[in-house]
Amino acid sequence: MNRKVQADPDPGSAGLVEKQFYTFAHPPQQMVLESGARLGPITIAYETWGRLSEKRNNAVLVTHAFSGDSHAAGFYGGEPADAKPGWWDSMIGPGKGLDTSKYFVICANILGSCMGTTGPSSINPETGKPYGLGFPMMTIGDIIETQKVLLDYLGIDSLHTVIGGSIGGMQVLEWCVRYPEMVRSAIPVATTMRHSALAIAFNEVARQAIMGDPHWELGNYYDKTPPALGLAVARMIGHVTYLSDEAMRRKFGRQLQDKSHFSFGFDADFQVESYLRYQGSKFVKRFDANSVLYITKAADYFDLAQREAPARSLQDIRGAATKYLVVSYTSDWLYPTYQAKELVQSLKRANLDVSFCEIEADCGHDAFLIPDQRLGRLVGGFLDGVARN
Amino acid sequence: MVSPETENMRFDLRVIASRIEPGARVLDLGCGNGDLLAWLVENKQVVATGIEQDKDKAAFCISRGISVLQGDLNEEVDDYPDFNFDYVILSQTLQQVYEPARLLYSLSRIGRRFIVSFPNFSHYSIRLQLLFKGMAPKSEQLPYNWYDSPNIRVITLKDFRKFSSDVGYRIVEEIAVKTDYRSKGGGVVRLLSNLRATYGIFIIEKRPNP
Repeated sequence: MNRKVQADPDPGSAGLVEKQFYTFAHPPQQMVLESGARLGPITIAYETWGRLSEKRNNAVLVTHAFSGDSHAAGFYGGEPADAKPGWWDSMIGPGKGLDTSKYFVICANILGSCMGTTGPSSINPETGKPYGLGFPMMTIGDIIETQKVLLDYLGIDSLHTVIGGSIGGMQVLEWCVRYPEMVRSAIPVATTMRHSALAIAFNEVARQAIMGDPHWELGNYYDKTPPALGLAVARMIGHVTYLSDEAMRRKFGRQLQDKSHFSFGFDADFQVESYLRYQGSKFVKRFDANSVLYITKAADYFDLAQREAPARSLQDIRGAATKYLVVSYTSDWLYPTYQAKELVQSLKRANLDVSFCEIEADCGHDAFLIPDQRLGRLVGGFLDGVARN
Repeated sequence: MVSPETENMRFDLRVIASRIEPGARVLDLGCGNGDLLAWLVENKQVVATGIEQDKDKAAFCISRGISVLQGDLNEEVDDYPDFNFDYVILSQTLQQVYEPARLLYSLSRIGRRFIVSFPNFSHYSIRLQLLFKGMAPKSEQLPYNWYDSPNIRVITLKDFRKFSSDVGYRIVEEIAVKTDYRSKGGGVVRLLSNLRATYGIFIIEKRPNP
């Protein structure tokens, strides 16, 4: 233990990883969702790194953000040499913040998504066609229940930590109120207890962009032309909220794209226009428009501050043993630090053990995804402390 | 008694550490790099929480396993329930606080006891400087000029005693210390403390309402 020389330099890659699937809730034993609707069968796509200890006490659950997937780190076999690693590769791997030589790290694609887990683009067994809007409205709580079933299947009944950013952070908090005895520590990053009007407004504009696309056809587009333009616009709006004024000034300013003069037309003159168009068209290739509708709505509904029984709230877990580390970023204007502070305040009032740190960064909400040793060091040290307790 | 393991800590912190009972719930305001809390966790198994304004210092504390909230201590103390801690420590910060009376009231609310330490402005060297030089005094404890000093409150041991009695705080223990900056060493001053002590440490309990 405590070999200082090995602790810091040259953390390695998480290596090769495989996407796995687990299917449950076969009819007639469908899962009952928070809305009362029944859903099944449900398939969950997940990936794991590291090894589960004999005592089964070193599991770490990573919860992904809105458009994320189970591929949080490492590479798939047979990928081209220039393939990008998973979306949180800077955090997951031997010697990194979530050290895979110590922890068994799990990341599962969320319910309602389209990256392997059941969502609106999955086949409805009753009709033999994709669900579309026939997919029941789901909540962050429903996502947690599907993850719980997966952990049961993997034989894991305690988590060293649950960690995630953005909507992933909401899942972290939902885990804490639903299964406090399972969660030894929790790290909600760049997140909120509930969406502000501003956050809901941006989501609504994104949804309207999709639903206003003539190709959307009430969500029934799977065997036709998809609402690509609406989805691209939704992504463009999303990207603006993930960046910051500072980051956009630094990255683009008013620079023109491949030209020295205005075109005096509606081409992408400015670099920022070209960037957003590129992000939009890239997203269309990998994501489903209906999934955007469902997941953004679930995020808008999420509210940890005001809940009525039987939904579990922070009051139900007063004094629970879970250790919290709340992290925010200075330039995040989607979930600004004041919202992280509200969360910290509520945790303190519920007599829970909480640490808080705001990290200085000018990249906006996306800062938590950008490789930065500070988050890794903070999380790694915090988790060591949890292990000592 | 000050146990030998504390030798690397500042003398006033050693004195404070020696007064904390094992297993106590402790809040350290302005905990810096968390040295005092880390020592208390290690040696007295306290339940430790710190508040630190500086982001890097707060992150350092968290990464060494101490629960720390990065933020302004005047705001952070407001959120805790009454008597949430056995001890609240405010070490060498009171002289920099804009509304000390309000802050001290908060400490008395959230802690069963609170411990305050501050540089003693009535030390004889300061008095002599003022008397003979006629200029704002400087010392090892108060090394700043009038225009750049963060120390906006001039406090003496005698002033603090009077304040405590005026607002109804019971002084459980008063420890006047004389410190040596170079060696981190120091000693307890028993005679003429208001004149000879460089720092005062007060352990306070709120008087129960009549």
